[in-house]
Amino acid sequence: MYGALWRVLPGPVWARILILLVALAVLLFVLSTWVFPWVDGLLTPSQPVTVNQ
Amino acid sequence: MDAVPEQNSPSDEVPTRRSQRADLRRGRGDGSRGGDGSGDDSSDDSAGDSGGESPTGRSSLVRSIIGVAGEVLITTGVLVFLFLGWQLWIQGIALNSTQTNDASGLSQSWSASTVGPTAPVNTASPTAPADSGTTSGAAPVVMAAPAETKQFAVLYVPRFGADYKRTISQGVDAKTVLNAGGAGHYEQSQMPGDMGNFAIAAHRDGWGSPFIKINELQVGDPIYIETQDGWYTYRFRDLEYVSPDGVDVLSSVPQVPDAAPTDRLITLTSCNPLYIASERIIAYGVLESFTPRSAGAPAEIAGISGKGA
Repeated sequence: MYGALWRVLPGPVWARILILLVALAVLLFVLSTWVFPWVDGLLTPSQPVTVNQ
Repeated sequence: MDAVPEQNSPSDEVPTRRSQRADLRRGRGDGSRGGDGSGDDSSDDSAGDSGGESPTGRSSLVRSIIGVAGEVLITTGVLVFLFLGWQLWIQGIALNSTQTNDASGLSQSWSASTVGPTAPVNTASPTAPADSGTTSGAAPVVMAAPAETKQFAVLYVPRFGADYKRTISQGVDAKTVLNAGGAGHYEQSQMPGDMGNFAIAAHRDGWGSPFIKINELQVGDPIYIETQDGWYTYRFRDLEYVSPDGVDVLSSVPQVPDAAPTDRLITLTSCNPLYIASERIIAYGVLESFTPRSAGAPAEIAGISGKGA
């Protein structure tokens, strides 16, 4: 998977690393902005902090 | 000639003997020991290996499938840890900054709107009722219960941090109140300053973790509640650990559901142990004084009340 990704990327080694770093930054931004809050909403009911019956 | 140094080292004896046997099997035993024999042996082994690998395509396909599956599993694990890290730190940073801004906004709006009409508070102070045994100074003003999810108070606990302040909203619903990183007020409990119990809840293991240091409170630590009317100074009294259904901690007299209240208490509830939440940790405080808005914020929080992050 990652080996294939590395082979598909064009350019010299430094260019591939640069592309991957940019892609990683975009991925982290998308995850923390949209994906993780959505998952957080799904998990919430199992995290009680209140006393109730 | 070459065979002599090889036979001196014990590790080479085994291949030499094996080569001897191989020679015997092939029926050309005698004389041709040593370098010649070991050469035969190695060629024999390599022939055997290539014979085992003959379905090369299938083997490499299986290997690449296992490789991709492993990469997917590792990626999933990394994503789960990223989510946990995000939940514990990144989300908390964002929520706490929002909380500080919201709390400052509330304080500022109250200060702006009550510059003129502070008269009711001042007239109440000379005739302080005798029943306010635990309070000093002005009689505490008790506001009416706000609408659900409305932010109606600001919580300051210097023990939780020098610039710690969080909003308090009406209700303890997780999605609409507690997950915003502030505290929620149990609607069945009293309002700040009232005779009885002002009970609030907040997260301790995520969503900003507003009560993460609740177990570090020490007897006498101040807990300030600011509302539109002024500041209520509570003093931390004790901790208690109860089961998740221990609702009696919310009673006007905690753990004595039917008793008539004689004290003005505050109750903080959160989960315990950290990240497990099989119990609830309860912190009690007793009202010490009420400071009307006209008198200004108590000295300890005067520097942070109404100020931005």
